Amino acid sequence: MLLELESACAAYGQSQVLWNVDMGVTQGDAVALIGRNGVGKTTLLNTIAGVQKLTGGRLRFGGDDLTSTPAHGRARAGIGFVPQGRHVFPHLSVMENLTVGLAALAGRKAVKESGIASHIFDLFPKLTQIRNRKAGLLSGGEQQQLAIGRALAGQPRLLLLDEPTEGIQPNVVQQIEAALRRIRTELGMTILIVEQYLDFAWSFAESYHVMQRGQIIRSGSTQTESADEISHLVNI
Amino acid sequence: MHETAFLIGQIFNGFSVASLFIMAALGLALSFGLMRVINMAHGEMLMLGGYLAYLTLLVVPGPLGILVAMPVAFIGAALLGAVLELTVIHRLSARPLDTLLATWGVSLILQQAARNLFGAIGVQVVAPSWLNHTISFSTGILSGLTLPDTRLFILAVAALILGGVALLINKTRLGLYVRAVNQDRPIAAALGVNARLIDLCVFALGTGVAGLAGVILALLGPVTPTVGQSYIVPAFLVVILGGLGSLVGTTIASIMVGLFTALIEIYVDVSVAQVLLLAFVILFIQIRPQGVIAVRSRALEG
Repeated sequence: MLLELESACAAYGQSQVLWNVDMGVTQGDAVALIGRNGVGKTTLLNTIAGVQKLTGGRLRFGGDDLTSTPAHGRARAGIGFVPQGRHVFPHLSVMENLTVGLAALAGRKAVKESGIASHIFDLFPKLTQIRNRKAGLLSGGEQQQLAIGRALAGQPRLLLLDEPTEGIQPNVVQQIEAALRRIRTELGMTILIVEQYLDFAWSFAESYHVMQRGQIIRSGSTQTESADEISHLVNI
Repeated sequence: MHETAFLIGQIFNGFSVASLFIMAALGLALSFGLMRVINMAHGEMLMLGGYLAYLTLLVVPGPLGILVAMPVAFIGAALLGAVLELTVIHRLSARPLDTLLATWGVSLILQQAARNLFGAIGVQVVAPSWLNHTISFSTGILSGLTLPDTRLFILAVAALILGGVALLINKTRLGLYVRAVNQDRPIAAALGVNARLIDLCVFALGTGVAGLAGVILALLGPVTPTVGQSYIVPAFLVVILGGLGSLVGTTIASIMVGLFTALIEIYVDVSVAQVLLLAFVILFIQIRPQGVIAVRSRALEG
């Protein structure tokens, strides 16, 4: 297991959002986290990235206990994060945004190159054209490509993706999905993805977890099960 | 004295006052922008810089003492700032009102400490001989205009500091991380930026610059335990006027406040000028609440 969560709990003030979540991601796998809105998918990803504190339970990554490691330490351990809503730095240029992603390389030994890897521009050719534009002025699709590129710049061992195609126009959605497939096949990246669309989740990931009211209520393989079996847990 | 010469003299004075405001306000603006805290003890960093200049000149007398005093004051004030950040401000983070009160307490402690160590009267730092000249004009429309070297020196130091800080923020990796934390702290941290360390560095840099400003103040008048107080109020005004945390805004606002005070003093006395300055700031904020430079973009709206 690359990532292991053990009875993870999280809360916003007095209201608890995650209830004893146990979950693991195996090295090399893509895992889809699915469920309706407001069931805690984003909170779960945020707690793994360290943006949100765990109020209980443990988090292990690559064999190390990172439960009390702050966000920057987790990034440096190899957890790459593409947050919901993209969260690019609006007043920084595309290149500057990517350069901030290099911060995750600080103190890392197994780093191949210290600059922004060329495969990022290969995956997202658009970023080369708009390299000097301020990120706040980009379209949603461009910001999403930038957010993924920025996470990849830190050469993560695990990539957390929170609804990477949410609110993006359909033809760009296809480009981003194609790029995500290439990240899997060409870079062999381990991925944990929050995804609303079952079709994409099924064709992209090996396994899935369904969340409801802050808990994982069903887990399984996308290879042996059909998406129809769980669509009633996701659709309203 | 020719009227034009007088006017130019006042404008020159305005700019040299503005230079002091820039140096005093820079640290306030940087740390407010990054951490949303207001350090009430910032004025005491000026005071510390002044006393460090005095002490350095006791050890290193002679014409170059002041050039030694500047790095000493910078490092001394930066260290004190770092201690203050680690022991008080960080522990009160996300509690702005408590921070305000606690740093005010620190300010009083530092003032009393200075009073105990150096006395209430204040100490004098004598400007080196190479700063004792004035450039005077005796012919033409500039007849009667005098530009003291100390004031030119202040302008030069402020320009160098401002240029240096702007380079640091805009051209270095550290500066990039500062801007990233400024715009989205949790995400910058999740990408591997040690936001805590950035806070500490920026805070120490800001207090260090205030320490440098203290050396400059020492050249203009006696260093007293309360020397920082008279500059910190206009520095707060400058930070508010500038747009809370913007470097360019702080610079423009410093020049506005400096020029406004210098030019209004042609017509009214100093205390009325202070009243009019406050009225001007209140009016300006009414019309433009976001300050000179507003931080805005598509991604921030909505």
